[in-house]
Amino acid sequence: MPRTFTPKVVTANALLEGDVVYLTEDDRWTRNLSEAELITDEAIAEVRLLDAARRQSEIVGAYLVDMVAGANGPEPTHFREDFRRTGPSNYFHGKQVDDLSRI
Amino acid sequence: MYRYNDFDTAFLAERNAQFRAQVARRIDGSLTEDEFRPLRLMNGLYLQLHAYMLRVAIPYGTLRSAQMRQLAMIADKWDKGYGHFTTRQNIQYNWPKLPEVPDILDALAEVDLHAIQTSGNTIRNVTADHFAGAAADEIADPRPVAELLRQWSTDHPEFQFLPRKFKFAVTGSPNDRAVTRAHDIGVRMIRNAAGEPGYEVLVGGGLGRTPMIGKVIRDFLPKEDLLPYMEAIVSVYNTLGRRDNKYKARIKITVHENGIDTMREKVEARFAEIRPLFTGVDQEMLAEIEAQFAPPAFRNAPVSAYDEARQSDPVFRAWADTNLAPHRAEGYAIVTVSLKKHGQTPGDATSDQMRLLADLAERYGHDELRISHEQNVILPHVHRSDLPAIHAALKAADLATANVGLISDIIACPGMDYCALATARSIPVAQEIAQRFEDLKLEHDIGPLKLKISGCINACGHHHVGHIGILGLDRAGVENYQITLGGDGTEEAALGDRTGPGFAYDEITDAIERIVRAYLALREDADETFLMAYRRVGADPFKAALYPEDKAAKKEKAEAHA
Repeated sequence: MPRTFTPKVVTANALLEGDVVYLTEDDRWTRNLSEAELITDEAIAEVRLLDAARRQSEIVGAYLVDMVAGANGPEPTHFREDFRRTGPSNYFHGKQVDDLSRI
Repeated sequence: MYRYNDFDTAFLAERNAQFRAQVARRIDGSLTEDEFRPLRLMNGLYLQLHAYMLRVAIPYGTLRSAQMRQLAMIADKWDKGYGHFTTRQNIQYNWPKLPEVPDILDALAEVDLHAIQTSGNTIRNVTADHFAGAAADEIADPRPVAELLRQWSTDHPEFQFLPRKFKFAVTGSPNDRAVTRAHDIGVRMIRNAAGEPGYEVLVGGGLGRTPMIGKVIRDFLPKEDLLPYMEAIVSVYNTLGRRDNKYKARIKITVHENGIDTMREKVEARFAEIRPLFTGVDQEMLAEIEAQFAPPAFRNAPVSAYDEARQSDPVFRAWADTNLAPHRAEGYAIVTVSLKKHGQTPGDATSDQMRLLADLAERYGHDELRISHEQNVILPHVHRSDLPAIHAALKAADLATANVGLISDIIACPGMDYCALATARSIPVAQEIAQRFEDLKLEHDIGPLKLKISGCINACGHHHVGHIGILGLDRAGVENYQITLGGDGTEEAALGDRTGPGFAYDEITDAIERIVRAYLALREDADETFLMAYRRVGADPFKAALYPEDKAAKKEKAEAHA
């Protein structure tokens, strides 16, 4: 039986600011995980990553990360990605500030 | 203190100009990340979880007030108004933006600071006893030696691509506050039977995934042989060290695999080759550096103001009893300013706090500040009569926490709140443990206890040498914390022993409290520290406190067999 494929999101850090970004379906880099493209096909995920990794003038260190579909877009399956989309827990810095400004 | 000469200034200006151009080429697309990465690492620029991180070297942890003010200015102008002091006596900025980093480096150069070789497989910032030049137990000030090593190792062409990173520590005191036995090379300034100054050289210590205590490679090295001997060690390592496996590339593995005797033979052979190349210029340079580290003009004045404050103000007394250390000069004290306020991030200082510390150093402390590997700030030369005024100023800035050497004086690495390598968080664990013991009002009763937390196996938080060590791991996608007991980073260095299975994020503080309560119940008296008690009774009573269900299960099993 083929192993089940966990859906993926392409993520990286922005070249200039260094903050976490995600690839959208229309090839933008977004700071907001809920706007990211959730890729459910393994072959497509690999191609999306290859194309994304070539965008060296925009991002650094692109990789595929496991996500699951949630009510508000992709949701992390691992706590590391949960911290990446939020920011540090000792100060109210990073993405959590941006999230507040979006509300 | 050492001041840059024209050569240093010109060298740094050239390096900064090169890096500015490299950043520009990365941004305009001429350099790929693979090409740029080694260049930025050579200049201390990492890419972390949420942002870039700039690691600035504070050579042997020594700062002038003007340098501390500039660090504060940088925190305000290009970061989020604070900095993080690290276990290598460095400062890290957690939020710089790539296009602005060249400006930060230029601002650092204005006050003789840089970020060179704070990363990469090079000789890193040389650390030293943070009480250097001040401690009552000191044989000699280690900073001139550390500065000589810094100059020798900076941009040393042979040592820019070592098998792995390489760390030096120097102490001039028999009481090792620089953790020399957990360094690639530890240099201990000693005197031989004839009273001549020289060095005991340790090699192959280190923490990380394969912790090792350093071994003596030379029990007495004459003073003038220091640089050729260091060069011989690093040269042998550069040839012999493994490049096939990152996890076996540190010199501790080279020493372990080849044996200290083989290592010594090879080093002595290489030393014999290169010794004649050192014509004595290095010793002239050392003499010039030593002159710059002449002790300040200590004053002779009454200390009655200190005695009175100690009598009348219990808060001052608690702070003085905990945060002061004996100074070599009559009437003086060494002040450790705790950056470990209960519930706060260990090692962080706001720009306002940095400026206040700079002001205090300038006004009362002969313009000197130190950063300790334990992530605190030291005012090394303070006359006791000035202590009440200093304490009042620190209190107003939230810097008067009386906990140095106690359980809440925790070393913690940045962990998964910032670090891309981390497997679990460290900072919130430290915050919660410190707050727990503050709420219990127990830590002064507990007495000296070093708790150290790392958020991954690389052990930046020195957990192996904590009396209590905590290692955060990722176990099947969940944070899990292993405990070690009985570690020691002093001249009697020892690695902690693992207690058993780890604890969940929401269990670890309770687990630590159980260990501490077990210690309080079994110690002979208040003079028997945690470490002494552990060495007397071993791990079993603590394991019983940590894993009560195991004990119950064993008892049940025993009864079933009876």
